[in-house]
Amino acid sequence: MQTITDYLSQYHQHCDNLFAEAENAATKNDLDAAKAGFGAFRDSMEHHLGMEETILFPAFEQATGSNMGPTRVMRMEHAQMRELFAQMQAALDASDTQTYAGLSETLLVLMQQHNFKEEQMLYPMADRAVPDRDALIQKMEAQ
Amino acid sequence: MSLASLSLEQAPPISVPFRFFLSAPLFLLLAATALLVAGPVALESRWSTALLSTTHLLTLGCMSMVMCGAMLQMLPVLAGSPVPNPRMVAWAIHLPLLAGALLLCAGLYLGTPLLLQLAMPLLIFAFGTFLCIAAYSLVRAQARNASTRAMLLALAALAFTLVLGVLLAGGVAGLLELPNILQLVALHANWGLLGWTALLVIGVAYQVVPMFQLTPLYPRVITRWLGGILFALLLLWSLYPLLPQPAAGILSLIAACGLAACITVFALSTLRLQHKRRRRVPDVVLQFWRIGMFSLLAATLLWMAGQFSTVLSESTFYPLALGILFIVGFALSVIHGMLYKIASFLVWFHLQGKLPSKEVPNMKTIIPDTAARRHWYTHLASVLLGLAAALWPMPWVYAAGVALFLSGLLLLANLYGAWNCYRRMVPKA
Repeated sequence: MQTITDYLSQYHQHCDNLFAEAENAATKNDLDAAKAGFGAFRDSMEHHLGMEETILFPAFEQATGSNMGPTRVMRMEHAQMRELFAQMQAALDASDTQTYAGLSETLLVLMQQHNFKEEQMLYPMADRAVPDRDALIQKMEAQ
Repeated sequence: MSLASLSLEQAPPISVPFRFFLSAPLFLLLAATALLVAGPVALESRWSTALLSTTHLLTLGCMSMVMCGAMLQMLPVLAGSPVPNPRMVAWAIHLPLLAGALLLCAGLYLGTPLLLQLAMPLLIFAFGTFLCIAAYSLVRAQARNASTRAMLLALAALAFTLVLGVLLAGGVAGLLELPNILQLVALHANWGLLGWTALLVIGVAYQVVPMFQLTPLYPRVITRWLGGILFALLLLWSLYPLLPQPAAGILSLIAACGLAACITVFALSTLRLQHKRRRRVPDVVLQFWRIGMFSLLAATLLWMAGQFSTVLSESTFYPLALGILFIVGFALSVIHGMLYKIASFLVWFHLQGKLPSKEVPNMKTIIPDTAARRHWYTHLASVLLGLAAALWPMPWVYAAGVALFLSGLLLLANLYGAWNCYRRMVPKA
């Protein structure tokens, strides 16, 4: 039986791969590949963040009876990531790979510490707290 | 703890970790100054007062300073709840650690028992407070994994190091009659370096190597067993002075070989993971880790050679080179690398929300790669020149001292630059 932790952690891995491809291309100053890579990464991230915000977090909040706890901070960090996505896109549009590299470095640390908290704490808690786990995973898969 | 009360933001105020980070390079500068003032005499024997002082300036003043500060930053995240009163806790640890380390090193350098006696209560208070808070947070940690286990073992090792250090200082200050001071010194050094330092680096590496370079994870068999085995071998090795010969010799050799094997496995698997990293960008932090891992391998090789060759192990070069490779080559490299990641991210993180997001500088603007790379070169030079000085104190001790001084200066400039960037931008908000 798949857990929420397994399912969503795999998605983090997938996004990390796309992140690395975009960054590697930008480092080589290959703008076309960087733009394509970043587009794919951003789409996957948006999909992942959307799944959490519209399906996982509400279910977690309902099960724990609070929307002021961990999910509030996670939503805040999602907003910070989206802000960096926008700045990275602007850097690529301006063909400024140097700024992109600095933003990319920053996003990586933000994203990794965020994923750590989710994978080590929030997801395992959700696995324990959410009543119908399988239905929730199916719902996320369908999105 | 109820689910709803889990806090995931918990970052302490930025001044909490930064006071530790900004103090560390000052000790590098002092260590370099001690070497330069004492000259070749410092390296005539591992027991020279200048060298004992330099060693403690590096391990206690620089390494432990950063390790405590970084753990205070990280523990609330692991524990899922903030350390209460973080500013007061930071004062209670940082100030006595700073004063205690300065007094101890001055006492060792000058051979003044009074200074050692003054340093003791300060260091006991600083580390005692730190140990209580860190152990409390780790025991309550929501995230139970190989990293938190290795960190708990590292804390236990720090406690042993502290107790042994207090005994030794008591002996040197004439307060205690110590039966076998050489064995106590060996225990103190091994628990401090292979226990507190290596175990903490290992625990941190399990997380940060895959995270920051996008490498595969460490093999499960390593994360599951390595920390525990290393700790158990250190315990076993600590028992040998209690046994009669030849059992003591055999036990000590077996434990040393086991410890060397553990360290080698860690260093090689870290290098292998980094070789397989998906992130192929020039990264000075990765370069610091590489000096660290190669130095660790070299130190282990030398240590093993010393187990089988008395000509080597009784030479003046041997303990000096081991110390330089492990302390400067391994521990300081990893610490410098981590400092660059942590300091620049914290500045970015704490400026978020205080400024319009477009005005928040990114990590590479806060500490530019070129500045970190310049430091990397001087740091590498300090390792290599240190090794040359271990062989030929005259004139290389001066070159090593200058390189270490420059390394401390550049680290200070880079960290202060990051801190200043935060301070400069915040009032605008």
